[in-house]
Amino acid sequence: MDIKTQVIEAVAELVNKDVSEINEDTRFADLGIDSLDITELAMNLEEAFDIELSVDASIATIGDLVEKITEAKK
Amino acid sequence: MSFKIIGTGKYVPEKVVTNDDLAKIVETSDEWIKKRVGVDERHLSSGETTSQMAFQAAKAALENAGVSPEELDLIIVSTVSGDTITPSMSCKIQQMLGASCNCYDINAACAAFLYLLETSAGHFARGKCKKALVVGAERLSALVDWSDRSTCVIFGDGAGAAVLEEGDCYLDSVFTVKGGDSVIKIPTHKGISPYFLGEQEKPFIHMQGQETFKYAVNALCTDIKTIMDRNSLTIDDIAYIIPHQANVRIIDFASKKLDIPIEKFVINMQKYGNTSSASIPIALDELGRSGKLKSGDLIIMCAFGGGLASGANLIRWEK
Repeated sequence: MDIKTQVIEAVAELVNKDVSEINEDTRFADLGIDSLDITELAMNLEEAFDIELSVDASIATIGDLVEKITEAKK
Repeated sequence: MSFKIIGTGKYVPEKVVTNDDLAKIVETSDEWIKKRVGVDERHLSSGETTSQMAFQAAKAALENAGVSPEELDLIIVSTVSGDTITPSMSCKIQQMLGASCNCYDINAACAAFLYLLETSAGHFARGKCKKALVVGAERLSALVDWSDRSTCVIFGDGAGAAVLEEGDCYLDSVFTVKGGDSVIKIPTHKGISPYFLGEQEKPFIHMQGQETFKYAVNALCTDIKTIMDRNSLTIDDIAYIIPHQANVRIIDFASKKLDIPIEKFVINMQKYGNTSSASIPIALDELGRSGKLKSGDLIIMCAFGGGLASGANLIRWEK
């Protein structure tokens, strides 16, 4: 499964929505996800991808998180 | 030889500030604070100094223990918010109590109460101490930037104390330090020396929220696991875990990651906010007086904070 799909699935499960409602441009705030939710999500994905991520306010959209994970996996 | 806890006490200021009160001075809301931090209200000093709060908590603990100040061999106080740099808070409360023992303070930020117990254990092990008083006391309202809505809603003021006597109840401890100020920092005033050309940083609590959360959850999980594994314990062997009361989301997430029921964790931050090194002894006092503990129960205390320093211990309750 590619990174984007895995992230979208994790987010969809967190907010109890269908994956079709979420894409790379979706803002976390619009899904009711706050900065600590993002941190929790990132920590779970760190484990899944065996990487380390630094989390801060720059992660505003799904795409931002996908990009961070992609960078960390290089 | 280590110690056993024979008395506990706490003091929180009379003035209660609710989330709605804070919403009048910064852009925030009761709903946001409850969801983001898990705090409903906090007690803030309207005049009580750190040493006065420490004194009240100490008096309550001594009374609970049935010990007079003259019997003490040692007083150690933890604080990052003392009323004076010198004399230390332990020296001030020694005077207030009418004690005459050795005294000093420890600065280990939010983990400091665990350091008080660890340090005391050293004194008991050397046979130099039969009775000790340890107090975590903080007036964080003095260190908060009251225009910063991301931090001013989190913290509270208060003090917690414990009286220790020779015993064998301090069973294990672990401490981890990763020095650095990029995640949590409280700068001091630079002073008025005409020769010092450095910048004045804002002398308030600076905290990177998301990095703090990540650090705290990882520290909690690692330290609790270390204590349990080293002592071949399962969660059924532990009566309660008393975590530093920083943010309920930290405890919630750690409980999920550790697969430990949330009911095992003592949580009272909804009433007091984050009182730094006072948070664990305040929670310990409430737990001790609740009737929920019986002699022989095992407790894990765990804390994390500025330093960055984290730790956990394993204590047998024998009161």
